[in-house]
Amino acid sequence: MIIVEHATFHYPMGTDVLHDVSLKIGDGEFIAIMGENGAGKTTLVKMFNGLLKPNSGKVLVDSVDTNDKSVAQLSRDVGLIFQNPDHQLFAETVAQELGFSLRNFGFDEDVIKRRVTKVLTALDLERYESSSPFVLSGGERKRVALAAILVWDPKHVVMDEPTIGQDYLQKDRLRQFIIQLVSQGKTVIVVTHDVEFVAECKPRIVLLSKGKVIADGPATKILTDEKLVAQSSLVMPQISVLMRELKEFDFPHDIIDAYAAREFITTRFKGAIKAAQTMKK
Amino acid sequence: MENVSISIEKGEFVILTGPSGCGKTTFCRCLNGLIPNFYSGNLEGGLEVNGLNIIGKSTAELATQIGFVFQNPENQLFSLSVERDVAFGLENLAVPREEAIERTQWAMKATGVYDLRDKAPYELSGGQQQRAAIAGVLAMRPSILVLDEPTSFLDPRSAEEIIAVIAKLNHDLGLTTVLVEHRLDIVSRHATRIIVMDKGRIALDGPPAEVYGDTARLIGIGLPRVTMLFHLLKLDGFPVTMNPTTVEEAADSLRRITTK
Repeated sequence: MIIVEHATFHYPMGTDVLHDVSLKIGDGEFIAIMGENGAGKTTLVKMFNGLLKPNSGKVLVDSVDTNDKSVAQLSRDVGLIFQNPDHQLFAETVAQELGFSLRNFGFDEDVIKRRVTKVLTALDLERYESSSPFVLSGGERKRVALAAILVWDPKHVVMDEPTIGQDYLQKDRLRQFIIQLVSQGKTVIVVTHDVEFVAECKPRIVLLSKGKVIADGPATKILTDEKLVAQSSLVMPQISVLMRELKEFDFPHDIIDAYAAREFITTRFKGAIKAAQTMKK
Repeated sequence: MENVSISIEKGEFVILTGPSGCGKTTFCRCLNGLIPNFYSGNLEGGLEVNGLNIIGKSTAELATQIGFVFQNPENQLFSLSVERDVAFGLENLAVPREEAIERTQWAMKATGVYDLRDKAPYELSGGQQQRAAIAGVLAMRPSILVLDEPTSFLDPRSAEEIIAVIAKLNHDLGLTTVLVEHRLDIVSRHATRIIVMDKGRIALDGPPAEVYGDTARLIGIGLPRVTMLFHLLKLDGFPVTMNPTTVEEAADSLRRITTK
């Protein structure tokens, strides 16, 4: 469980980046933190593993105040994957990159090998095991950075913009992977601008704007709230825009992805499908 | 990249897309000479821009023909004011002072950063930074603009704003545009052509509505969600006949089908 209590943060001499933020994230929850560029999203998640400490208020990770522990200690439980993989990658091969933390934690070589292989397979990276991370594409480097954290099996996984540079298949794979992590009881926190990815995952959304939490609730509700969406520089999912455009059909407002829209439309217009099929015959 | 042949006409708005690692960025780097000048590797075949063979030309020479905008504007801006940043390329080319001022102002106005000219890049939002970066390459008066995922670090509102600026430059100045993008939702309506790369080759090439019809080969690319919805409806036997690229097209088509 991660609890943020009245946390305020500012960089030295600066104005508040986060202002009186309170938040409770339960184990096994899947959360998307959204908001405009500069809303304070990255600053907030950097407090979860103690990289930043609040100037006032506090952050508790599994009942421990982050002020009382080092980043090294907290990282064991809170894995943070940075937005820019190049801030994180340094080893000569992908396998070495993944093994690095495990060696530091003192795992046996055969355990390391097993875990590395497992994570590489899960993220579609097996073929790059002995490649240098720096010859890979931007999207692939992001997956290596994610793998390098997941390999030590942290209890809470925080990903900063994981879908940047990822194509649709990789995003779908990431979505399934997150579902799997959540089903294992892990907390997954994703910072993202990717409205369509969120519309397909439907996590709980914590919406930040100018350093404050302005909304907290299910994706179907927040992504279809015109006022909130505008305030935080988001756009509505394309399917929601379509559903609103077709006012006369009175589509339910909680339809935000193509699969839900398909189900609704085919049920509603069964007649049209039948007529088309008879015409064909 | 393997055996790629493409010809792009003046004024086209081309979206280059495809699965991660398919060769999109490599293709762009060939256009501005970063390949083979900066990245090592084996380059065979020919590359012509405006009728000139560009292989062996320096990246500096090519910068006046092809403007390059990267994913992260922070990597492209470095001066203490937007105006100085936009003027930097011109200073390097020793463009006379009067002309440099005129071109700098023109580029800042065309991208909507004129009012921000005295601000430091780090004081700007992500979208403003990216517009300043575009102004910097625009001041060089290139005939071709190549943008490698220019919206991926931006919130959706800023992303739409950047795409609108690019579309306007393409429309008003006839600037040939090659845009690498995964977010086809917001760019499809502007494109005259979509090129899909896969494993270093050209997999599909044509106008959006045509390319979006080839579902079997589109598995890896994120179709606009309205296009995806129509594919799903088709699978269910719904009598849809088109591949919409925008919400408006999709809405019109659904209205027509259901009121028949």
